[in-house]
Amino acid sequence: MELIVFVLASAMVLSGAIGVVLFRNPVHAALGLVLTLFGVAVHFVSMEAHFLAAVQVIVYAGAIVVLFLFVIMLLGVDRAEDLTIEPLKLQRPVAIVLGAGVTVLVAGAVVRGADTLGRETNASAPGDSNIRALARSLYSDHVLAFELTSVLLIVAVAGTVVLTRRLKKSEG
Amino acid sequence: MEPTTTSYLVLAALLFGIGATGLMIRRNPLVMFMCIELMLNAVNLTFVALATRFSDIDGQTAVFFVMVVAAAEVVVGLGIIISIMRRRPGATVDDLAELKG
Amino acid sequence: MPEQFIAPSIDWFALSPYLVMVAGALGLLVVGALTPRWPRGLYSLVSALTATSAGVLAVFIWNDVAEMGPGTLVGGALSHDAFAQFVTIAVCAATALVALVTDAEVRGTVLEGPEIHALLLTAATGAMVMGASNDLIVLFLGLETLSLALYVLAASERTAAGQEAGMKYFILGGLASAVFLYGIALLYGGARSTNLGEIVARFQSTVALERNDSLVLAGLALLIVGLGFKVAAAPFHVWSPDVYQGAPTHVTAFMASVGKAAAFAAMLRVLVIALPFHRDDWRPVIWVLAIASLVIGSTLAVVQTDVKRMLAFSSVSHAGFLLVGVEAAGHRAGEQISGDGLESVLVYLALYSVLVVGTFSIVAVVSRHAGGSTDISVFAGLGRRRPVLALALTILLLAQAGVPLTSGFVAKWGVIQSAVAERSYAIAIIAMVSAVIAAFLYLRIMVSAWLADPSEVEPEPVPAMTGVAIALAAAVTLVVGVYPELLLGWTDAVSNFAR
Repeated sequence: MELIVFVLASAMVLSGAIGVVLFRNPVHAALGLVLTLFGVAVHFVSMEAHFLAAVQVIVYAGAIVVLFLFVIMLLGVDRAEDLTIEPLKLQRPVAIVLGAGVTVLVAGAVVRGADTLGRETNASAPGDSNIRALARSLYSDHVLAFELTSVLLIVAVAGTVVLTRRLKKSEG
Repeated sequence: MEPTTTSYLVLAALLFGIGATGLMIRRNPLVMFMCIELMLNAVNLTFVALATRFSDIDGQTAVFFVMVVAAAEVVVGLGIIISIMRRRPGATVDDLAELKG
Repeated sequence: MPEQFIAPSIDWFALSPYLVMVAGALGLLVVGALTPRWPRGLYSLVSALTATSAGVLAVFIWNDVAEMGPGTLVGGALSHDAFAQFVTIAVCAATALVALVTDAEVRGTVLEGPEIHALLLTAATGAMVMGASNDLIVLFLGLETLSLALYVLAASERTAAGQEAGMKYFILGGLASAVFLYGIALLYGGARSTNLGEIVARFQSTVALERNDSLVLAGLALLIVGLGFKVAAAPFHVWSPDVYQGAPTHVTAFMASVGKAAAFAAMLRVLVIALPFHRDDWRPVIWVLAIASLVIGSTLAVVQTDVKRMLAFSSVSHAGFLLVGVEAAGHRAGEQISGDGLESVLVYLALYSVLVVGTFSIVAVVSRHAGGSTDISVFAGLGRRRPVLALALTILLLAQAGVPLTSGFVAKWGVIQSAVAERSYAIAIIAMVSAVIAAFLYLRIMVSAWLADPSEVEPEPVPAMTGVAIALAAAVTLVVGVYPELLLGWTDAVSNFAR
């Protein structure tokens, strides 16, 4: 059963990702991204990371992709990009070789390193403990990182103000 | 039979590779940005798979932070893209050739 | 299950530099939004004062550390050591100078207002966190705080070149961040923790055979690539000429000083402090990066005609020098007597940040007058028009070239000496040769400023605060150059770090 879920979710993840790369229309690419994000969320659920799965769907697939689609529509750039024109000669083969190389290297390292990861621990936690454990970790060991995210959000807010302010409104 | 940690990690490596390749192939800044999101998701998948393997919550906490960072990055990135596209609709990164190099 | 929740103890005084910076940014945003436009220059003064007071606090904390010994803060998230305070002081100094210069650059544009200063201060906070981080996740958050603010700042000017620079920086920076993050994830797989102290403890306690090396090595490679992008080391420097040229000049100054200092501090934390047991794996990579940066940076700089591009390549070659120091630190990373590598890199960073801000400030003054052009021709005749400004430019460029009696010499001497002490003769020789090649580039600007025909241009106005910043940078450059023991006397402590 779990294997079937894994295979299906992985198919979602990979086909969505390939869709993002190959669809010519940015709207379709965004939909491919949604598929990938949902697939990842399914993986999170099957690995008992329930809270993250919820956040993944709500924040990522919800807010972020909607933002993407909104910008695509706002700018009217939902035209297809012609993928058959190569901007720079040899760039595409080089890119594919590089990408494949990175994948193979990392995957090789992962496969080789996997047997040293330590024994599989199948101590599956009780139902509500995932959020509890996460909160505990968040507010004890990682409380400084948590506070830092607020600084990050200040940057995002101040940044959008700087980027989008127009000349007329500046006289305020 | 259950999927092993290794299979999750290999899946993540594939996802990362696809994202990196897409980033190098595509020319639409929005789509390139989506490819960065793919790469970040590969990282999240790796973190969660390892956290599950180690029965250690820290990996999941890390994913939480990555998601916050991704959200902030989307805001800033789309802000930059909008401010460019407002001047030149339909621009791809190749049209941005003011600077040589 | 519901065991007692124990909150980590928080030493508020030790965190005060960060709190001051964030409070300054928030204060500017909130008060600035509620009040009418402030009188000229006040935003800059407030943010420069904020950065200065954070730097002064760091000096007091340094005294505390010297008395009590290094430790960690907030549950092991931050290190409380001289290394962190040194980086904080350097970052604050550079931020204060950039804040002074920013005023004249944004005067009268849409950007005039508190937001740009709030961004400078938060970016500097991110940089300070990177220098102090004792956890890879904290390091990543600091890096992102710095980078996001820099993307916005680079794209802040409404010119085609500025926005293009912002976009390129954003896409490549995002790629670098993702790669860096994947490195953290794989390292987490190898070490079961993201905390630097726990990572070291783990590798210390396991025998070499039991170490999960293939994951660690893959993670290490990705971390070096990510950091290589951020420090603009060749061959990952491709973004830097375009971004340095296209970004507004005050932002370029900030990128070259604070951005580079923070990225190198992070590199030292990750490589020298967290992974000393893999030093034989990462040292050769750093060696290659160092030589590539030295050679590419100094040779390509000479053929440029745009001063900002020249300085971008020169900053690549400076990254090469810094990597020479990192390589030297790698020889004895993790040992009791760790050599001078770490110290020499930090001294170089502090001196370079100050002098690069000064150099770009002069470029800002000259290019603003010339309608935004930064071609080398606009510097022609500067010596006639503005002898004092040309003199300051000469001092700063001589320092970049590493001429004796300037701080640049102290910095370069430090890294080369530490490389020689570790018997890395090849890299030391290449560093010296490339310094000579790079000297041509600085000479070209100087010759243009002093000897070229004075074109019939009005002398450029030097805004008061920019003038102060340039004078301060030049003064530091000369004083440290003549009396290096002023600085070197108290940098010995930085190698006594916590994890």
